[in-house]
Amino acid sequence: MKKTLLLLCISLNCLAAEPTSVRQAELRHLLKNDCGACHGLTLKGGMGPALLPDNLQGKPDEFLINTILQGRKGTAMPPWKAFMNADDALWLVRQLRKVPQ
Amino acid sequence: MAFNVQAELRATGDLGLIIEREAGSALIIDTTEHKQLARIDKLGDLSHASVVFSRDQRFAYIFGRDGGLSKIDLLQDKLDKRIVQAGNSIGGAISQDGTLIAVSNYTPGGVKIFSADTLELVADIPADYDNGKLSKVVGLVDAPDQRFVFSLFDAGEIWTIDMSDPKKPKIEKFKNVGKFPYDGLITSDGRFYIAGLFGESGLALLDLWEPEKGIKRILPDYVKPDEQLPVYKMPHLEGWAVADDYIFVPAIGKNEVLVIDKQSWKLVKAIPVAGQPVFVMARPDGRQVWVNFATPENNKLQVIDVKTLNLQSTLTPGHAVLHMEFTPRGENVWVAVRDDDQVLVYDTHTLKEIAHLPAQKPNGVFFTSRANKIGF
Repeated sequence: MKKTLLLLCISLNCLAAEPTSVRQAELRHLLKNDCGACHGLTLKGGMGPALLPDNLQGKPDEFLINTILQGRKGTAMPPWKAFMNADDALWLVRQLRKVPQ
Repeated sequence: MAFNVQAELRATGDLGLIIEREAGSALIIDTTEHKQLARIDKLGDLSHASVVFSRDQRFAYIFGRDGGLSKIDLLQDKLDKRIVQAGNSIGGAISQDGTLIAVSNYTPGGVKIFSADTLELVADIPADYDNGKLSKVVGLVDAPDQRFVFSLFDAGEIWTIDMSDPKKPKIEKFKNVGKFPYDGLITSDGRFYIAGLFGESGLALLDLWEPEKGIKRILPDYVKPDEQLPVYKMPHLEGWAVADDYIFVPAIGKNEVLVIDKQSWKLVKAIPVAGQPVFVMARPDGRQVWVNFATPENNKLQVIDVKTLNLQSTLTPGHAVLHMEFTPRGENVWVAVRDDDQVLVYDTHTLKEIAHLPAQKPNGVFFTSRANKIGF
């Protein structure tokens, strides 16, 4: 389990491909509207928890990516893997962590 | 010389509001003329918003995502009053006599009740359960005898509150109704409150004529957990679920509309539809039920013929069909198409588009005819 996690960490950070600008626009739309449906347009929360940078502190990228792709069983968070891959999810996590200027 | 300007009289029966979710504004519209009358700005976070109307249809009360409660004057095209009453809010209701506005809050979990006239706080009811935890409140409706009924999402409870004496609210709690009630409806006669369950199969039914009999589970074995598809948007339940002898509700995790017999509470049919239903709304006469969907099928609208319980038609209004509202006698339905920045008006008999209005990222559409309907 530890080895797999380590490999996953390495592969995600070193080999992750940045989504194209077209794809980035699609992901921003998804974040605003689909994630936003439960987490709020402003990401301050709703049915789902807030996703502002402070809320994500202390939660590793891999954990968040896994939550996005696989969902959270027993909660209202569905798996989004049908709509995106791990590179897309990593890019979203990085956007979420950015403190707005 | 006297210059006589006759002010144009405006009545209220054919008015409505369209919520503009990103701009935080609302359009006042006229459903007879199919036109916009005004835009009201600065209404906070309306990325989710719900609306009720005063009993005289003059005022609209908007419940905003950020806990904002805005009272809009539909005759004078202005914001009358606005308060921010919670951190995060999902909806609300107006009391039987029209004097009280109740709001269902996620943060802090509970219900707050205000004067419909002044928006002063009248009662604050925390949705506490399990030793001091607070639950998100959903499915808040008005009920006869000056009551409100609502569900506690996290707690799996349904509460009724009697506000006959506003200084002494009387609460009755029904526990263990089922896992994660996500919304609730009350039938138009104000008798049956039905909460849809997200965490397990079926719905929870409370007969307000016989509350001592407690909660009944409807469709307990409807879907198995491993059969469920992902739900990308939570469906919504309201009183427009009732048509003919049936209640039409969205299945959770299945691309179906469930038809439930109103006498036996048994499943009559599961109608296959294009995707996860979000809104399942009967035309006011009950001959049709219109359905919109969660992503990725949110470009479609389907129409069910209630006489045959079959799909009659599939429409493609555009990108992101978020909400719809029927005119009072049902000849038209207004459909909010968020990503096309417009609201389309369909003739429900011919299913043809007959008008459209520009709107910035529209979500909710609400008409004043809700003003005198129980549960709206």
